[in-house]
Amino acid sequence: MAETVLRVEDVTVYYYTLRGVVHAVEDAWLEAGAGEMVALVGESGSGKTTLGFAMLNLVPPPGRVVKGSIWIGRIDLLSLRGEKLRQARGSLVSMVFQDPFTTLDPVRRIGDQLEEVLTEHGVTREEARSRVREVLESVGLPRDAAERYPHQLSGGQRQRVAIAAAIALEPQVLVADEPTTALDVVVQKQIMDLIDEIRRREGMAVVLVTHDIALAAERADKLAIMYAGEIVEQGPTRRVLENPLHPYTRALLASVPDIDSDRWPTPIPGQPPDLHRPPPGCRFHPRCPQAMPVCRERRPPLHVTSGGRTARCWLLEER
Amino acid sequence: MPRMGFASEALARPLARLLEGSTPQGRRLIKAGLAIFLAIVIMSLAAPVIAPYSPVKTVAPPLQPPSLKHPLGTDVLGRDVLSRIIWGGRIVLWVVALSVALSAAIGIPLGLVSGYTGGRLDKALSMIMDAVYAFPSLILAIALAAVLGPRPENAAVAIAVVYVPTYFRMVRGQVLRVKAEPFIESARALGLPPWRILREHVLPHVLPTIMVVFSLSAADAVLTEAALSFLGLAVTPPTPDWGFDLYAAKMRALSYPWLIIGPGLMITLLALSLALIGEGLGEKMAVG
Repeated sequence: MAETVLRVEDVTVYYYTLRGVVHAVEDAWLEAGAGEMVALVGESGSGKTTLGFAMLNLVPPPGRVVKGSIWIGRIDLLSLRGEKLRQARGSLVSMVFQDPFTTLDPVRRIGDQLEEVLTEHGVTREEARSRVREVLESVGLPRDAAERYPHQLSGGQRQRVAIAAAIALEPQVLVADEPTTALDVVVQKQIMDLIDEIRRREGMAVVLVTHDIALAAERADKLAIMYAGEIVEQGPTRRVLENPLHPYTRALLASVPDIDSDRWPTPIPGQPPDLHRPPPGCRFHPRCPQAMPVCRERRPPLHVTSGGRTARCWLLEER
Repeated sequence: MPRMGFASEALARPLARLLEGSTPQGRRLIKAGLAIFLAIVIMSLAAPVIAPYSPVKTVAPPLQPPSLKHPLGTDVLGRDVLSRIIWGGRIVLWVVALSVALSAAIGIPLGLVSGYTGGRLDKALSMIMDAVYAFPSLILAIALAAVLGPRPENAAVAIAVVYVPTYFRMVRGQVLRVKAEPFIESARALGLPPWRILREHVLPHVLPTIMVVFSLSAADAVLTEAALSFLGLAVTPPTPDWGFDLYAAKMRALSYPWLIIGPGLMITLLALSLALIGEGLGEKMAVG
């Protein structure tokens, strides 16, 4: 296995709202090796985006990381403050966002927007200029893209610009938050191909935040399934798909339509919980077909199996 | 467009930028406002050349009605009213320019920082600004000018203090809007320092609004200056100034109306021209 470059240890993020504390992410563990793609899969409000932001120590207020570490190489990103943290963002870990139509400043040229990322990380102006050309070319944009304004580019091209900005400083970890959701299917494939190519070429670990389990299954080396703020299961993609350990993963897979079989997708009954007051015990127990008495009372521990898989479920403990 | 040499081309460019993106009606407003405003500025700058008499010397018998020699008559001290009007714009323009520049120089940076950083600093600043804003502006300006003494620069400071909260609130509000844009979040994720984000990615989006506030508050400042000057809080005699001349003419307004029409009209025109520009720019905002 590739050398581990990202290690999320026991990360918990709360939002302190007027209505109370939102338990957005609870005790998350995650690892990604160089060149590996880990997909954080979950429905809206499962905490996947929050965890993605935590990886840049950029959880928006009133949110706060209350415990845990995020190791990138030998640096704990959550321990960094001020100038050091700013320098780390972009050069150690970087992010690509969902909507390329709004993540570029509409009034600045593409080249200037890329160049400032470099110069603000200590690259000289001349070096930055040639690096901008280089990186634009490496994401498959025409040479003159630097002179253009965002509105002159298509959605796919803009997402390429956003990717170029994110990888300009060759970070070790790239967090991609639903990078293709705003794009049409053909462009989606092109962008995912580009991300795959970059991570293999640069040895960059990619955290793909997505609600699209089919996309994750197709692209990621590892899956981390999130439900109600918890990573309920994670492991190598093939094994998770073939032999899901957690009932939620099974339910999620059953809810995906499959054109090769006669099986109809099965929805998961019920609603995800309100994270102001998550259910006691296992957070999935109100919707779980296999819930047992213990699930209502005690939170399942992190179960580690052979082959680098983890899951949180009492069924595994009873065995 | 006929070529009219370098000067007109230098003017054409900013004019085009100003008109860009506005509605046809907005464009008409801006053009009309600019025409009046520039005419007054040119008149004031060229006063030594175009004024027929000295504005401060007795050149004829007092209180003469309009005649060929004195198109707007003479005042109580036998000074040429037209000459005083031509010279009188200088003080207003100076005070207005100075006060607008001062309040913008204080209000805009504070609004930027306050809105962007948020938290306690923002709360404290907003409270102070709201407190100043809550005062009736004219009364506050009068009080300040009275304390500072009757000099144009002091009047400018008094007016500036009154308008700082206007800039602050407007800029802060816009910053809050821009701050929520995803490209700001993205800039933070890419490790850009706050001051750079503020200067390069927030300020350009706030600027159009600032232009509107700029001209509207300048229009207001014209009236405030006239009021201060009317009360003798901006200039000392015999300096020619519209507001002050209006005061001097007040008592004789019914018998000698030519004394009051000139200064009054000029104050109105100047304020109107700036308000027109502001309204025109506002149209542009509504479109964009």
